[in-house]
Amino acid sequence: MAIRTEPFVINVGPQHPSTHGVFRMRVTLDGEVIVDMEPVLGYLHRGIEKLAEGRTYTQNIPFTDRLDYLASMTNNLAYAMAVEKLAGIAVPERAEYLRVIMSELQRIASHLVGVGSFLNDCGAFMTPFLYMFREREKILDLFEMVCGQRLTYNYIRIGGVSYDIPEEFLPALDKFVREMPGFIDEYDQLLAENEILLARAKGVGILPKELAINTSASGPVLRASGVKWDIRKADPYSVYDRFEFDIPTGSTGDCYDRYRLRIQEMRQSVRIIKQAAEQLPQGEVLTRVPLRLRPPAGEAYGHIEGPKGELGFYLVSDNSVTPYRFHVRAPTLINLTALRDMMIGWKVADAVIIFGSIDICLGEVDR
Amino acid sequence: MVGFNPDHGLFSYGLGALPPDWPGNYWLHWGLFVIIIIVFVLAMVMAFIYFERRGLGRLQVRLGPNRVGPFGILQPVADAIKILLKEDIVPAKGDKLVHWWAPVVAFAPALMIFAVIPFENGALLADLNIGILYIVAVSSVSVVGVFMAAWSCNNKFSLIGAMRTVAQIVSYEIPLGFSIIGVALIAGSLSMNEIVTSQNIPFILLQPLGFLIYFISACAEMNRTPFDLMEAESEIVDGYHIEYSGMKFAMFYLAEYVEALAISAIITTLFLSGWKGPLLPPFLWFLIKVVLIFFAIVWVRGTIPRIRVDQLMAFAWKCLLPLALINLFITGIEVIVLPQPLPWLIVFLNLAIMAILVLLWSKFFKLGGGRVEV
Repeated sequence: MAIRTEPFVINVGPQHPSTHGVFRMRVTLDGEVIVDMEPVLGYLHRGIEKLAEGRTYTQNIPFTDRLDYLASMTNNLAYAMAVEKLAGIAVPERAEYLRVIMSELQRIASHLVGVGSFLNDCGAFMTPFLYMFREREKILDLFEMVCGQRLTYNYIRIGGVSYDIPEEFLPALDKFVREMPGFIDEYDQLLAENEILLARAKGVGILPKELAINTSASGPVLRASGVKWDIRKADPYSVYDRFEFDIPTGSTGDCYDRYRLRIQEMRQSVRIIKQAAEQLPQGEVLTRVPLRLRPPAGEAYGHIEGPKGELGFYLVSDNSVTPYRFHVRAPTLINLTALRDMMIGWKVADAVIIFGSIDICLGEVDR
Repeated sequence: MVGFNPDHGLFSYGLGALPPDWPGNYWLHWGLFVIIIIVFVLAMVMAFIYFERRGLGRLQVRLGPNRVGPFGILQPVADAIKILLKEDIVPAKGDKLVHWWAPVVAFAPALMIFAVIPFENGALLADLNIGILYIVAVSSVSVVGVFMAAWSCNNKFSLIGAMRTVAQIVSYEIPLGFSIIGVALIAGSLSMNEIVTSQNIPFILLQPLGFLIYFISACAEMNRTPFDLMEAESEIVDGYHIEYSGMKFAMFYLAEYVEALAISAIITTLFLSGWKGPLLPPFLWFLIKVVLIFFAIVWVRGTIPRIRVDQLMAFAWKCLLPLALINLFITGIEVIVLPQPLPWLIVFLNLAIMAILVLLWSKFFKLGGGRVEV
């Protein structure tokens, strides 16, 4: 006699320690195996895109801080680039270099949180997470030095950056750049070849190359699937074409590849910061831009390679002081598209780490 | 008369003045040891909670609790008071009676284990001649409490936790039992006290593989990382005690640590020659070894990720069980073939056998994935 079983539905989230915010998954389970998954979004919707239509271009920068609050610098940068493109504003060279330094520091900080919480989801109880937060703290100290803020920086402004760096910044940055590769090695020693981690992450949650491209995934999620696509190389912005760095790619697109890829990207970011700090020119850091900026009517799309993928701001101007349309291409929302395909057939425990390996930030997904 | 032994242990301090055939001795022994065990367990659990939180803090490059009292030493007390003041919530659609009994059923067996743990030579509540068997039997009862808790909550997460629990504990009981038999074979007795007295060399040297298997299975038995699937904070949000609060949660929390203490004490007794040791008084030796084992458990918790439920099962049945069987077989042959005064030969032989077996198994048993270059 066969035992009759039936699938049942559980809610993973919106209050769940592993949903990294208020994401919710309606997971249909057959025993422990996932047969269906439906993502439910919008618990953190604040209507930022609409709110931005009522503020001037400069006033909107703090809104971008609050999208992906783990990578505020890059959000500022993408928005500032879109406005500069719209209004045709030139940026001083020193400011461009500072922008690169800040966004690479931000990339490291964001990846540290991403990898740390991924390992935490794997069940490594807080240890790797806190090891990585130790270095993130140093990056936040650097940011605090330049703009006085530790989370929402509002540092990169239209036409440059808000302040020049203080005297103590470069020595501190130099120390960080010298120490960081050693710390990254330490993360590797901690868990990279751990049998349990390999068993948990390798071959789990595979995102095939074609699916990754078709769902327009970007960033580490896309590159882990073996697609060599990085906006810093494909459509160089700021001064990225002056630096030497590699684009690491994965081979299979499983959780382990995404984890390894982020670690490797951190090493590349350290390389970029090192070069940028060496080449940093003197000069102005901010072009004078009218506070009530009226860009000519038209539209512009500024995109950068954010830590979590292609972050784009699409702006439409009707020659007034406020944008007519303000749209965010949020990388993590689009990376989530393939979540269901990645999860089906795996177990509940895998669902958590597959989700963790995408490295999302709800502030950006729900906006 | 079970357990009463006026020649040994604590009875040699002062109580020996009573006539040995005094009928009250039996009950005096009983009452005394019940008090000793409860005080010992509660004090040690407090110490362990503090020790684990501070130790984990050190492992995780942070300080750990350091606000309450000097060096945060009163943190467990503060935690206990906080937990006891919490509202006691029973889920509306839960099974109230089962919900009430579950913490008791989970907690009692953990405490009962201490009845046969010798703190010193002969200083134990009941020197059962089937001591180990009693431990194996009693410790598997706590799974019933866990399952009751999960069932009574009427919560899907805790139900998943319960399914994992039952499968896990039942599976790991088997390698655990087999690894103990090796010790019993060498000692020639099932009584915990006699196992200690027969350890001229700690059995960890004679039974290295048995120790490993026992340690791993015991970690699974008490739901410590990497086998903490039934609680799995990041997956099923603390599993079976998801709906518990207040005193009942405290019971589960306590049971968890009492179990850890019990396992440390059992390992000490079986493999680390219990209270035996030079210079220091026996009780202190016992304590030191218990704390050492507990440190190893905390260390593992601070380092290793959690494994998945199917991998957990595969690990028990395909890796630990065959190894335990082979270990038992080899130990049996050694006990029959080799005469008693040749233990040092066995030490090296068994260490070599363990190395070969573990290497062999790691070659053809993989949890999944494979080696990659860093």
